[in-house]
Order: sequence, then structure tokens, then C-alpha cells
Amino acid sequence: MMEILHCTVNNKPVEVGIDPRESLADTLRQRLGLTSVKKGCEVGECGACTVLVDGVAIDSCIYLSVWAQGKTILTVEGLQNENGELTPLQKAFVEEAAVQCGFCTPGIIMSAVEIVGSGKLYTRDELRKLISGHLCRCTGYENILNAVERAVNETHKFVGKEEE
Amino acid sequence: MEVGRSIPRVDAADKVSGRAKYTDDLCPRPVLEAKILHSTIANGWVKSMDISAAQALPGVVKVLTCFDVPDIQYPTPGHPWSVEKGHQDVADRKLLSRRVRIYGEDIAAVVAEDEITAQRALELIKVEYEEYPVMLEPEQAMAEGAVAIHEEKPDNVLAKMDLRTPIADDRYENVEQVLDDPQFYQFRGHYATQQVQHCHIENPVSFAWMEAGRIHVVTSTQIPHIVRRVIGQALGIGWGNIQVIKPYIGGGFGNKQEVLYEPLNAWLTTQVGGRCVRLDVSREETFQNTRSRHPISFDVAAAVDKDGNMMARSCTAISNQGGYASHGNAIVANAITGFRQLYPDRIGHHSTAYTVYTNRPAPGAMRGYGIPQCNFAVECMMEDIALKFGFDPIELRLKNIMPLGYVDPFNGITCHSTGLAECIQKGREAIGWDELREKYKDQTGPVRRGVGMACFSYKTGVYPISLETSSARMVLNQDGTIQLHLGATEIGQGGDTVFSQMAAEAVGIPTEDVHIVSFQDTDTAPFDTGAYASRQTYVTGKAIKKVGLEFREKLLSYAAELFPEAKDLTISERFITDGAGEKLISLEELATTAFYSLEHSVHITAEGTNHCKENTFAFGCCFAEVEVDIPLGKVKVLRMINVHDSGKLINPALAAAQVHGGMSMGIGYALSEDMKFDPKTGRLLNGNLLDYKMPTSMDHPDLTALFVETDDPSGPFGNKALGEPPAIPVAPAIRNAVLSATGVAVNTLPLSPQKLVEEFTKGGLIGHV
Amino acid sequence: MYDIGSIYQATSVADAIRALQADPAALVIAGGTDVLIKIREGKLAGCSLVSIHELTGELSGITLADNGDVEIGPLSTFRDVTFSPVIREKIPVLGEATDMAGGPQLRAAGTIGGNVCNGITSADSASTLTALDAVMVVRGPAGERQVPISQWYKGVGKVDLAHDELLVKIVIPREHYEGFTGHYIKYAMRNAMDIATLGVSCLVKLSADKGTAETVKLAFGVAGPVPMRSPAAEAAVSGLPIGEAIEKIGKAALGDVNPRTSWRASKEFRLQLVEELSGRALREAARKGGAAV
Repeated sequence: MMEILHCTVNNKPVEVGIDPRESLADTLRQRLGLTSVKKGCEVGECGACTVLVDGVAIDSCIYLSVWAQGKTILTVEGLQNENGELTPLQKAFVEEAAVQCGFCTPGIIMSAVEIVGSGKLYTRDELRKLISGHLCRCTGYENILNAVERAVNETHKFVGKEEE
Repeated sequence: MEVGRSIPRVDAADKVSGRAKYTDDLCPRPVLEAKILHSTIANGWVKSMDISAAQALPGVVKVLTCFDVPDIQYPTPGHPWSVEKGHQDVADRKLLSRRVRIYGEDIAAVVAEDEITAQRALELIKVEYEEYPVMLEPEQAMAEGAVAIHEEKPDNVLAKMDLRTPIADDRYENVEQVLDDPQFYQFRGHYATQQVQHCHIENPVSFAWMEAGRIHVVTSTQIPHIVRRVIGQALGIGWGNIQVIKPYIGGGFGNKQEVLYEPLNAWLTTQVGGRCVRLDVSREETFQNTRSRHPISFDVAAAVDKDGNMMARSCTAISNQGGYASHGNAIVANAITGFRQLYPDRIGHHSTAYTVYTNRPAPGAMRGYGIPQCNFAVECMMEDIALKFGFDPIELRLKNIMPLGYVDPFNGITCHSTGLAECIQKGREAIGWDELREKYKDQTGPVRRGVGMACFSYKTGVYPISLETSSARMVLNQDGTIQLHLGATEIGQGGDTVFSQMAAEAVGIPTEDVHIVSFQDTDTAPFDTGAYASRQTYVTGKAIKKVGLEFREKLLSYAAELFPEAKDLTISERFITDGAGEKLISLEELATTAFYSLEHSVHITAEGTNHCKENTFAFGCCFAEVEVDIPLGKVKVLRMINVHDSGKLINPALAAAQVHGGMSMGIGYALSEDMKFDPKTGRLLNGNLLDYKMPTSMDHPDLTALFVETDDPSGPFGNKALGEPPAIPVAPAIRNAVLSATGVAVNTLPLSPQKLVEEFTKGGLIGHV
Repeated sequence: MYDIGSIYQATSVADAIRALQADPAALVIAGGTDVLIKIREGKLAGCSLVSIHELTGELSGITLADNGDVEIGPLSTFRDVTFSPVIREKIPVLGEATDMAGGPQLRAAGTIGGNVCNGITSADSASTLTALDAVMVVRGPAGERQVPISQWYKGVGKVDLAHDELLVKIVIPREHYEGFTGHYIKYAMRNAMDIATLGVSCLVKLSADKGTAETVKLAFGVAGPVPMRSPAAEAAVSGLPIGEAIEKIGKAALGDVNPRTSWRASKEFRLQLVEELSGRALREAARKGGAAV
């Protein structure tokens, strides 16, 4: 039943045996030890398992690992640079008190990586919509939005793209 | 000052980088997977079960049923154990049950080599039931001839209490006479709340194995020491035979202030030779089989004099307890107490409470412990009284709020500090209450706006209703830093950070030099009952302060040995200094010397218990501005401001974050969250995160948290409860805002669109349908 | 881990059709956001799957044909539709509708083809496609056929698609969108991550002076077992001055719809929404078209 999955995970080529029935969340957590990928509902409602596949945020609980063949996957474990320093986005989460229980945090950060990476500026309401695929019960989303907004604005100063 | 600083959380960097480990992250794999068979009826008995096909499925290790479990009933709530039999929690649960009390009752378990095999095996189990009528409401369960859900309680009433305060006016014999006195405005009302769930994003997973003859359980819990005790009770073994480990947890909100599946998981490992068994709990099982917030109905009556003084009230509360006692009567008892306390009656108060078994999933503790329910009743009542008799709603409240020095007539809890009036004033100004009330006075049209508010009071911890005790341990490292060991738990609220700040404050070192041991291991963690009742900053804080001061004395006395001539030694900027401010020795050097001195080697530690025999009230209020789209039954919260008096803030930034989360939970409680059941089968209809409507980031306005900092004389650092309170006043504030916008008073939660359309139609605001 | 009996990853549309012919019990899986959830629920446990997830080359993409028809590859995700320059320019209402499904991650995974092939009345793209009279192009062993969306839905969860057929294209003929502006209202309990209690999509073609609603198309989701048009309302208000049309369309729609009472919402409540939201959708569609409303 096993198949070999070749893909790039957190900037490194990976070759791993998988059961074709497993979700990408299963593979990342159990075979690659990337436990930042959390499971909260397993039906794509809570967003805790969000990772980037080819740069796009998806719920890895409802994504079969066999589909990841040849693709590029990024999880929170792949964000820090070699000396272990947090990214400006991660720092924004720390400094804006956007973290509480922390269970939704890695998933939201991955959505935010895509948002920030667009290089665009967003209104508060646009940001609300962009993170609306994540449920959080601790924060009321308030400081999460503050952190994402801050990272978006900081990034835009360097690599800003104008709206089309 | 280490206390009062808005430092980042001590665990934030680990949580944003994916290094923070939660229960399932620590589970060894491969591991045996356990799954539970849930009943497909809500009330009855399992007559027989055929497990032969399941047992024969390759990969199945063991099938265990309700006929196999120990004949032991055990309690599950996260209360401190009581050594007095009369105060012990109701022991009404077995590991698996033949008696089916809810739809989805745990009736068998499969342990298999993998999850799919376990799931397939469940489907092969054949069950024969004897079935009784489904009773989801207390009225059904209390009706003549209703089947007893627990044989110990033939009338399905788990408990009834009746409390009358002393009558302060000798012209009356009882409260009812005051309520009927025509010289007062007389008010009667009925308010009711719905069943909702915590929705922590991490489900309550656990894994268990045996080693050296003992059972080890890693679990997502708020209360590791209590879990250990209850596993011992449930399995009938010595409590020392069990080790419970609590890693980071993905939220709790009271659901994990309950011993959930840990005893079953512990028992399952004993049935498979001690091999490690993982018991995953799905989101659907979390909804159906773990706790929730009690639906409570309130019938209230009040007598108010012409000046707006609250003279007397009565309150009858009926709490729907579902199939198991869980926290039992404690929650509705807290509700009627909270109802009484916020606005003490001048003449007297009479309250009655019933806790009734039904066939719903059993509610338990959830952020506020009965107070969100009573607060909805009392704050709707105040608004309705104001409207009916022409009082200003804020003035009516200010005239009647709990005064400084108030002492509860039953439990003696005293108001040692209050900033409630200042909170109200601050919120009033922040939202622009007076202008908005004027502006929104005479609206017409389909979309209208309104502002509303509500106040609350909340005690801090459980003394004197239950034991309050906490221990702490501090251990010196060679570099002059310390380890802080606690039994109190970080559950997302920021406990570890404020504990570290408190320890640093007491010892006199920077918070960065305190290394808190975040995971509790009951083999090594000092005793503490855990995270609940907004108790830890207060109760554990006292233990930290006591032990910290003792630890500081030990450092200073060792320094005095090294510098016998020096006077007035103190700790400052990581140095021991003398009275003149001269730096004598760094803490690092002192610590290294203490470890390795050939003269006097000592490992400096301090450990102690603080048995807390105090309590105090926290206060606050919520102001909400809403827009109501009448034909669509939609309420949009435009602005929301919570103002809290939680005494001195240990970490203002984390305090504000805590308030935001509570407000969000309150918005869901007010508008959209509601566990819905099929009345015929008793099945939960919306037990998943799609159909259960907790708010998303698009369902909120920006949330504003403000504070009035009093300095509570009973708090270890002037602080008092904060964890639960933010969720309390939100629902009535929104309800009162909708009332102010539309003139329609909705007396049950939630204010869902369909209900609002029905109410607006009744109220004549929608002309057709 | 999903209880999947087997999964075959098709290499082309023709290969997928062959695989479906070979296994009469096999199900097609595209974005996975619907099928995987059903497998987890146990409804489809043990099933065999033919995955077309990776056939984006053949089945994804949104283009403007030479004749002006808009052609949508069914494997296009909700997100692809929303951000497609063609959709934004020609049929923005469709992109607005797909932008209301679930949340961002779901919109990046769920496909418009899956949304119409599962036959669900609440599907966010379905009412707008119904209002647009979209044409479904289906390919099977015998070749291609075209099904107007009015013939597509056969009942709850059932569409006009044989076991060995695949939806290969959704066509919006030029004359069905040109000159129209539209508006979709998703009425749900939350503003994200929800399914529609009622979906209303309204298209209007205004007179040159923007004063008259020359042609109105009104479609609903969750007003009946499948997405539906409201011919009575369309007939009643087409040709009326826009203000009058807005006023009358809601009541006129009531006769066509047939919502049911479920635990999610009562029939009466849904009827209230039909009446209220029809006018609001028309008003907004007309406003986008330049009417002063």
C-alpha cells in the first residue's frame, strides 16, 4: 500500500513513504515530525492545520498527501532562518500578544505568510476576511489582526506592490 | 517592578515557531488507537452486545464493553476533593455504561493497531437496546411518571436548594410580602439561556501506558492533580499508582476542568498489557460527549421603590444537568448567588434552584460557572425595570450595585475593593453613551441602531465553598536564575507569564531569570488544584509570593554568611547589595558558591503551601453598540467596550488579550451559538464547527478592553479575578442594545436571526409573514 | 487517515473516464473538500476514488472564447474564479459569489465543478450559474454533450451526469451575461465559514436611461431542493421601472419557491428572506448597472 512521496518541505527535498489514504496533515505530523500542523476538526473548518502548498494556504487535513507529489510545502517550522531568529511576522505575533493557547497560531501564521507575501496593503476588513478560515477562541482575533496588520505594513515598506 | 509590566508571554516564541508541544505532538507512534462506540438511543439500557465480528477483525487488539468495566461509580468535576462525605461530588459515572443516559453514551471501546481498523470494528458491533422516552427538558424529566435517569434520584432532581436572606424590615415576614406590597413597583420576568460549548480548538486527547507497574497518562487538561485522583477513584487503585502529565493545551475554558476520558484511557492500557493507547476525541465527540454550559431558566420577581431602590427579589432557577451530575448543583447555586450579589436587596431575597437530570449531553463548567446565565437574567431584568418604570438604566444600576464592604450573608465573601462605578463611568464616556442614547431615540425604518450595557460581579476562586490551596517550589540554579515549579496550569490564559512575573517580584530578580516549568507532572509538580474559577493569579499568586519571600530570605541569609559584617542586605539588579547600595556579590556568584562551597554547600530551594482562606469580588461592565436589520433579523455589533476592575493588573497586555477573548465568546453566546437537538431521538444536530456557529473574524467589530485598577487588599499583588469575567456581561449588553434599537425585548438566548424575525413580527416591526 | 478503499490518480480526462468505466463503484474526487468529509463521516467509507485533482492542465482555467462566451474549467477553484481577470471583467457577480464560500483555504481547494456536481442547493456558485443559464459540457465514453443548467439538477444531490462522465467545461454564453449586472446575497448565520440559509442571485439588464429593468433574472439556493429560478418574479418585474420592480419582486418570488423547515431554519423564516432579499439583490444589481436607486 505504501507509496513514495517526493516533494519539497520547508525548503528541503523530501522522499517519504506514505499510505495513499493519509492526509497531508497526517504525513507532516506523523512521518515528518512537523507537529506545528494541528488538528482541530479534520473537516476544514478550524484552519489549525493550514500549510502552504505551492505558496497557497490550504487546510492540510482535507488534502491527500498523494496530491503533494512534486509540490512545495511550507509549515511554521520552515519559517525561521538558519540562526533561529524569528521572522518579522512571528515577532509581530509575540509582541502584539496575539498568542494565547497557541493551538491556532501556526495555522494563522501560515495564512499570514501568504497575506504578507503578497506585498500588498489591506484594510482591516480585508484582513478579517483573509484570516476568516481560522477559528480562534482565545483572542477574539483582535491582537491577531493587529499582528498581521503590523507585519503587512512593515513588509509593504520594503517590497510594496501597488494594487492592480 | 516585575508585576505590572506588559512583557511578552514566556511561551510565545515557542508557540509561534511550532516548538510548543501539545498532547498529541508527544504521542509515540505507532501507537494503539482506541475508539469509542456511542449509543444510537438517548435513554434506555444496553441489553446485549455482540462483539464477535469486531473482535475477529484483523488488527483489532481488544474490544471492551459496558459489561466488562469495573463496577465503580466515580465523580468527574474538577473540584478539590472533600474529606467530608456530605460535600463530595456526585459519583454517577462508569467507564462505559449499560444505562444509556444520552444519545451517544459511551457503551464500548475498541483498541486496534490503527484508527481505521478501530473505526471499522465499531461498525461491526451489534447492540440490542431497551429504549425509554427521550427527555431533553427539565419539565419532561420532572413530570409525573418520568423514568429515572439515575436510580439514586427517582424524580430526576439531582438537587434542590432554597435560600432566604434575613428580612431587614420587621414589617415583613418574608420576601413574598415585599414583592406584593403595592407601595413598590412590582416586576415579574422570565429569562432563559441556551446550551453552548467551549470550542477550545484542541480536542481533549490523551494517551496512556504502563511502566513499573504504574499508569502514566499524558492529557490535555486544566487539572492534572485532580485527573490523577479521579483515575485512582475510577479504577479503584491507589492514587500514587498514577502519573498524569499535562503539556501545553489548546484551550480549556472549563471543559478541561473535568475529568473526561482519562480514566477510560488509563483502564484501556491496563487491558492491553500496558501498551501505549491513544484515545483521540473527535470534534464531534467533543461536542456530544464532553461538557458544555448549562441551559438555565429564571423566573424572577422584584420590588423597587419609587426612587429606584431594589427592595426585594425572588429568583427560581432551573438548571438542565443532562445525563450526568458533573459539577452538579454547584453551578446553579453559583448562578442564584451571583444573581443576588450584584444588586443586594435592601429588605430580603429568596432564591430557589433545581438541578435536573435530562437526556442531554451533560453540561459542566464553562467560563463563568453559572454567572453568564444569571447575569443575562439580572441584567435583562434591570433594563426591563428601568424601561417599565421610567428609570435611567445606568442610574438604576449605580443606585443598587454592591457597595464596598458588602458581606454575603451566606458565604461571607466580602467586597474588599470595587471600581464598578468607575468602570461604568469609563465605559459610558468611551462609547459616548449619552449622545448615542439621544441620537438613537426615535428611529424608524428597517435598519436601526442602539446601545446597551450590562454589569457583573464575580468572586475570585472558590473559598469558602470549597478548599483553596496551592503550592509552589523555587529552585536556585548555579547562574543565579531559578526554576519555578507549580501545580497551577497554563491553559492559554498567560498563567506561566504572570506566575513568572510574580515570582520575580517576590524574590527581587528580573522575570527573565525565572524559568517556569510549564508542563505539570503529578510526580514532581507541587500540589495545586488547577486552572478554574479565575483563581490562579489570586490563590496560586499568594503561594508564589509566600514561597518567593522565603526563597529571598534564604538567598539573603546565605549572603549574610559570606558577608558577616554587611548590614541591611537586599537584592538589586542581580546583585546582593548592602544598605549603602554597595554591590557585594552577584547572584550568580552567590549561587555557584552555595552549590560548591567547601565550607557550606547548600542547594537553595523553597517550597510551601498557601491555604487560602480569602476571597474577593472582581467587577466590570460591557457597552455594546449594535445595528439591527429588522427584516433580516440580523444584529451587527458595531462597537464593543468592556471595562474591568480586576484589581492590579500583573500584565496589562495579556489582561487586555484575555478580555478580547471573553468578549468574543460573549458575542457568540449572545447571537449565534446554540446546541440544537432532535427532540425525537435526542441526537445533537449541530455538533461540529460548521453547524455550531462560534464567531469568525468577520463576525466581530474591533474589541476594546479598558480597566479601572483598584488595589485589592486581599490579593497577593492587589489583583483579583480576570479569566472568566470578560465573557459574562456581553450577552445582556447586546440584548439591551437590541431592545434600545427596536423596542423589542428578547428574553431568551441566543438572539438568532430566526428568533428575532419572529419577535419583530410579534412586535409589529415586520408587517407580514 | 481516510477510510479509502483505493485511489486512482488519473493522468488525463480520457484516463479518468476509462477508470470510471472500469470501476462502476468508483467516485470522482476533485478538490476533496466535499468527498473527503463524507468519507470521514462514514457515508463513503471504504470507497474507491478516481482523483482528477491533478488534471489542472486539462480542466482548469477561465478563458474568453472567440465568440465572447466565458468558459470555465470545472477544476478551477473558487479562488481561481474570483481572481480571474475574465470573470472580473465580464461576470463579476460570479466571482463575488464564489468568494463567499467557506473561508480562504477552502476557496483555494474547492472547485466550481465540484460545487455544481454534488447537486447541493446551498452551493454558493450555483444560484448565480442558474441565473446566468450556464451550460454544462459533459464528456463520456461516447463523447461530449451539453446540458443547460436548467436541466442539470435532478433532485437532492443528483445531477445529469452518468457514472462514467466528467464535467469538462462550464460555459456562460455571451448573450446571457452581456449587458447584465448582477448581485449575489448569501444569507448565513456567520459572515464566513458557513453554508447559506438562503442564497439569492439577481441579474438585471437596464434600459439605456437606466430607469427600467428590461430583463430580470432571479435565482435562489436553499429555496427548494435544488438551485432554482423564479420565473414568476422575473415575468412580473421585467419591463417595470426599476423602483417598482424592486418593490414587487420579493412578493412575486414567493409563489415560485418551496423552502422547507429544517432544524437550521423554518420555512416561514426562509420565505421572509426570499421576499426581503430578492428586492435587495435587484436593487444592488441595478445600482451596479448605473441605476439611481
